[in-house]
Amino acid sequence: MAASETINPQRKQARERAAAHLLSRHHFHWAEALPWVIAIAAFYVFPDRMTFGNQVLVMVLFALSLDLILGYAGIVTLGHAAFFGLGAYTVGLGAARLGWTEPISGLFAAALISAFAGLITGWFLLRYRGLTLLMLTLATAIMLQEAGNLRSDFSGGYDGLPGLEFKPLFGVFGYDLYGRTNYVYALVVLAVVFYFVRRIVYSPFGQALTGIRENVRRMHAIGSPVHRRLVTVYTIAAGIAGIAGALFTQTNAYVTLTVFDFENSAKVMVMLILGGTGRLYGAFIGAVVYMVLEDHLSKLSPTFWQFGIGLLLVLAVLFARRGLLGLLEDAGKYLKKKKVQS
Amino acid sequence: MTAALEVQSFNRSFGALQVTCDVSLTLERGARRALIGPNGAGKTTLVNLITGALKPSSGRVLLNGEDITTTSQADRARRGLARTFQINQLFRGLSVLDNLCLTIGERDGNCNNLWRTAGSNPAVIDEALDHLDSLRLVDDALKLVRELPYGRQRLVEIAIALAQKPRVLLLDEPAAGVPSSESHLILDVVASLDPGIAILIIEHDMDVVFRFAKQITVMVQGSVLVEGTPGEIMNNEQVRAVYLGQESQRHA
Amino acid sequence: MPYYANIAVSILFDGLAYAMFLFIVSVGLSVTMGLMGFVNLAHGAFAMAGGYVVVSLTRSLGIGFVPALVIAAFAVGAVSVVFERGLYRRLYKATDLEQVLLTIGLAFMAIATATYFYGPIPKSVPLPEWLQGDINLGFRSFPSYRAFLIVLGAVLIAVLWYAFERTNIGAKIRAAVDNRRMAESVGINVDLLFTLTFAVGSGLAALGGGLAIQLFGLSPSFAVLYLVLFLIVVAVGGLGSFKGTLLAALVLGIIDTAGKYLYADAGGFFVYAITVAVLLVKPAGFYGRE
Repeated sequence: MAASETINPQRKQARERAAAHLLSRHHFHWAEALPWVIAIAAFYVFPDRMTFGNQVLVMVLFALSLDLILGYAGIVTLGHAAFFGLGAYTVGLGAARLGWTEPISGLFAAALISAFAGLITGWFLLRYRGLTLLMLTLATAIMLQEAGNLRSDFSGGYDGLPGLEFKPLFGVFGYDLYGRTNYVYALVVLAVVFYFVRRIVYSPFGQALTGIRENVRRMHAIGSPVHRRLVTVYTIAAGIAGIAGALFTQTNAYVTLTVFDFENSAKVMVMLILGGTGRLYGAFIGAVVYMVLEDHLSKLSPTFWQFGIGLLLVLAVLFARRGLLGLLEDAGKYLKKKKVQS
Repeated sequence: MTAALEVQSFNRSFGALQVTCDVSLTLERGARRALIGPNGAGKTTLVNLITGALKPSSGRVLLNGEDITTTSQADRARRGLARTFQINQLFRGLSVLDNLCLTIGERDGNCNNLWRTAGSNPAVIDEALDHLDSLRLVDDALKLVRELPYGRQRLVEIAIALAQKPRVLLLDEPAAGVPSSESHLILDVVASLDPGIAILIIEHDMDVVFRFAKQITVMVQGSVLVEGTPGEIMNNEQVRAVYLGQESQRHA
Repeated sequence: MPYYANIAVSILFDGLAYAMFLFIVSVGLSVTMGLMGFVNLAHGAFAMAGGYVVVSLTRSLGIGFVPALVIAAFAVGAVSVVFERGLYRRLYKATDLEQVLLTIGLAFMAIATATYFYGPIPKSVPLPEWLQGDINLGFRSFPSYRAFLIVLGAVLIAVLWYAFERTNIGAKIRAAVDNRRMAESVGINVDLLFTLTFAVGSGLAALGGGLAIQLFGLSPSFAVLYLVLFLIVVAVGGLGSFKGTLLAALVLGIIDTAGKYLYADAGGFFVYAITVAVLLVKPAGFYGRE
């Protein structure tokens, strides 16, 4: 093996390069500031559209929670609205029935209750795959909805819990007519949660989730407690979806059982797919593009909007499986290649 | 001294078809045993039963004297039982280096950590690179596995098993699907593995088997036909009739 | 008749009619999913399409209800082949997620198209005289239409059972569901079989859609509204199992009807509770392969 001795310096260099790449790749990149800059700019540019902006932020948060399960761990669920709905009703019922109107503690309560539901259902359901899992997750959300309907005297049923009132944030910042307080509130919550999600995704645990998505057989073979990993991430994602739901109720001061709809689960999935799964910022792009398009097109014609979304999904599956962010990346690579050639 | 791995009369059937029939097998520490037999003899099924990917209908399996028959696949892996797959089972969308870092992370329990940044531990990266170095994969460290040619992917398969620091290693046709010009590298690697590891290798190439193995087990139709040293197996009439004859026909 | 006995008979009768509808729509879905493992969320859209074809044929062209059902079944079955060959085929080896997305996309497009042509308001269909009113069976009278549904369902079950269990093609389908690779290796053309069962399944769905108009009314949201029930029947019965689909349709149809009779507020709660219970105990359904 004399040859290997002579290429040693070269090999050392390769090792150093690889190690350096690993150590630096999850550092903060300047482009990551972009969505936040845009969100803050929107606050000043569209002061009269803050209610809509706030809805977008809630959906970004909801999509981000789904990305943990779907994008990173590769688990397809048709019932993620269950946890959004639980969070929404935790603060809704808390305010309407218990007089618990302090918003921040409400968020924590919603996160805890939804996470607990995620832990229990996840522990049972995540042993299954394929159609069985799809049906079980779907049935979970619908059962919650039907249970709410069964006790509509308590839950308000499909008429909803109207006219909820929440205390001003920190006892200071109250509700304003243009929803500006709500927008800032939602943006701060999103930023805090995003920081946690980013850490989780780039942690060794997050890497293990990616491993489960890439090859679950191999994960078993290298000794990974796959079920425990999945239940953990499902619980976290459920908690975050609960926070999104709680924000939804608090900022709309209104909630009905439609939050548990299959359409709600499907919609958040479509947003995520549109933006790109398993890439953190896919949730941002997908939710914003979807909501803005919906806002414009559904006013023109809800029928065409629905047709368009359907067509978009079909096209995405056939031609752009990595979503808009994937397309952007491909375009970037293509341009770079062209530059190198010329 | 307790054996590294002991299989006691495994049985397994799929429906009416019995694919494993009263199979017993022992790997002493540092064993170099080959498992041979015609296609469909139940060799891969046996590996799946040992690792826990399949549950036996009856029988026991002991790892270093401990009964692991009812433990999970992951638990067996953490106790030092590693395997490679006949068809690559890799994290194809991750880099080669990440494949190794993830394996080491799961081995050491680092993957329970939700907060620290992955790849921030120089010791893990160093160890991963050592494994890649020993298989001459360092230059490919940052490439995605799916971008590598199949032969190189085969090496990653072995690197992952080694990164588990196993005490017992089951190699399921490590050179399968690799052109013969490259397969010698894989087999060199296998030959130079730590002598403390007990190894069971499934292999069709008789040259390799006779060069590598100190003991050979021959399986036919789900049962063990005969066990012995390479010399004994080569001269065994039954084996010649059932297995080697078929092999030589195939090569002819 | 005593009050409770009367209710029990009503539940059984209506439940049976409902079960027949569920079976007719779901059986094709079950076999195609069993064959290819394809998650088809657009199946409800084929049922809806069948319903609208029946509406158009009877209302605009004055064709009778029963011939319209037959035409709708054949027409939708034929059109479904185009979708199978053009779109589904590309995704047989894709992930669950991609199949889910493609077929949800198709369902959305179908709903939008139906809304565009027929509007969002539920449609009804003119029935021939012999299907209106009640039929007297001596001890009690029953709605004629539901009686018709039960008889038709029973006939279809017999025909399909014969086709599935006693014919050459049926044997090939069962073999392919059981072990696709093995079936291919003995020379069964699984692709062709799949196209065939897909067409038959979609045709049956269209028939079911036509039959459902009188029961629930037909609006574009039918494609998604009842889809969940069809999928549940398939999952609870076990993929690719004829027996399982029938049993699941009966159990779920009767339980859902009983729930609605006895505890109207509970809506579909019982169906979902039963589904979860069955799947937790038997993840592959009544007769599915583990």
